[in-house]
Amino acid sequence: MADLRIDIHQLHFKNPVTTASGTFGFGEEYDDFLDLDLLGGFFTKGLTLKNREGNDYPRMDETASGMLNAVGLQNKGIDYFINETYPRIKDYDTHIIANINGSTIEEYVEVAEKLNELEKVPAIELNISCPNVKEGGMLFGTSCPSAVAVTQAIRDVYKKTLIVKLSPNVTDIAEIAKAVEGAGADAVSLINTLLGMAVNAETRKPVLSTITGGLSGPAIKPVALRMVWQVFNAINVPVFGIGGIMNATDAIEFMLAGASAIQVGTASFIDPQISIKIIDGINQYLDKNGIKSVNEIIGALEI
Amino acid sequence: MTKIIADHEIVDIRIPANGHLFIVLKSPVDMPTVFPGNFAELHIAKSPEAFLRRPFGILDVDYDKRLISFYVKIVGKGTRELANYKQGEQLNVIYPLGNSFTVSERNKEVLIVGGGSGIATFILLGKSLKQNNVKATYLIGGRAKEDILLTNELKKFGQVLITTEDGSLGEKGFVTDHSIFKSGSFCFDKIYTCGPEPMMKAVGEIAHKHQIDCEVSLENMMACGFGVCLCCVTETKEGNQRVCMEGPVFNTGTLQWF
Repeated sequence: MADLRIDIHQLHFKNPVTTASGTFGFGEEYDDFLDLDLLGGFFTKGLTLKNREGNDYPRMDETASGMLNAVGLQNKGIDYFINETYPRIKDYDTHIIANINGSTIEEYVEVAEKLNELEKVPAIELNISCPNVKEGGMLFGTSCPSAVAVTQAIRDVYKKTLIVKLSPNVTDIAEIAKAVEGAGADAVSLINTLLGMAVNAETRKPVLSTITGGLSGPAIKPVALRMVWQVFNAINVPVFGIGGIMNATDAIEFMLAGASAIQVGTASFIDPQISIKIIDGINQYLDKNGIKSVNEIIGALEI
Repeated sequence: MTKIIADHEIVDIRIPANGHLFIVLKSPVDMPTVFPGNFAELHIAKSPEAFLRRPFGILDVDYDKRLISFYVKIVGKGTRELANYKQGEQLNVIYPLGNSFTVSERNKEVLIVGGGSGIATFILLGKSLKQNNVKATYLIGGRAKEDILLTNELKKFGQVLITTEDGSLGEKGFVTDHSIFKSGSFCFDKIYTCGPEPMMKAVGEIAHKHQIDCEVSLENMMACGFGVCLCCVTETKEGNQRVCMEGPVFNTGTLQWF
């Protein structure tokens, strides 16, 4: 049994496998399928200051090796999370990381301030990369000045680990990563979904109610790997690798490219137990190759 | 309600009617209780094109023999690939998912209206109604007589009325054109409906007009089927709700249909 423990900022993770925001609800939806305590951590569904109904149906389309979604951050708001959801999930023995969103910097700040108080939420993931909302979201994450402004504002009020989730829908993701590192991010996570679109040839209409949506799944893995590699080489804080991870081999590829930990996303829809299988698979890979600690493969790509 | 995920062996797979598929799976473990209206998510792993699981209403269950069956309309790339599976092969299944039809002894007489593969959920519903001594009348519609399926099975649970658009079986027209609605004695304690959305809306409207309680089973596109992707929502009076969790069965009074 290899040592799977990794550290991100001040946080100790029992293994590098976590689950991505928007694909794992608030954890409890998976209780029937797996033991959440085995996970390194999980990222909650995106939280906003107030209740959001999200976008109109249809919100998804299956694509070649992936899917498009246009959910639009449907959630019941931060107070509902704190008062109703958190008491039910706080005793999981794994890191619960809150994914936060806002239309304005003030909204982000207010949500982050409220999360300071939650003992069992040791980190937030600042989502500046949601492609499916009209205000905020990706708009903050696609230019350096706005990414810096929101990260700085959260850094000023949030005391614990701050992870910033980056958008791939930019010219140079390494520049954005450097900017948020400079503004106080303790880690970055990437990539969020790639902006895409689906058309119905019969009806001549867009498939999604919002016309465009976010592409996820193995279709985006090569793009995600490339971006993780670029960001890993540009910054000094740790990277969470995300993008089409379907099995342990995919996870190991991301770690070799520079990810200190990974997030499993869309794959959980198809196999809700896949995150646990990935932990086992990483362990087997390390044992087979005589590697004592998973830390040895982070950024170990041989050029 | 505990959900299970497990590989199931296909013990029977055949095409009983044009464009439809009947599948029986053997559970490797004791089966959880399935309620009428619950659905399952099947992973059609052999298909390179069907990336996500596919949700299907559960036709019937046999707890003693550990069998679960499905009646599926072949409509797209997923169901076409499903039809290529053979007896003895494995399918990974997650179930039971979603809520269920409410069945109450207080209702003396109910009408169940369906079309297409929407009627698959009516077998378990019929069993449950019978156990509760509720008298059921089925009204099944389709384009032509070939589309009228499972009537022999449904007859075990109540009278079966039929409409076809071309008049090849039963009364001619849509289900909502059936003479039962025009009869002066039209009176039911509850209406259940499952099928194409325009049909369900038309049935819901009739129920609304007669002030009869009405439950519909919706069929939105979903990525996960267990409440996390939030793709399958429908608009209700309490905001957007997940068809896979708060549904698939909704009382028409809660939907934004009228």
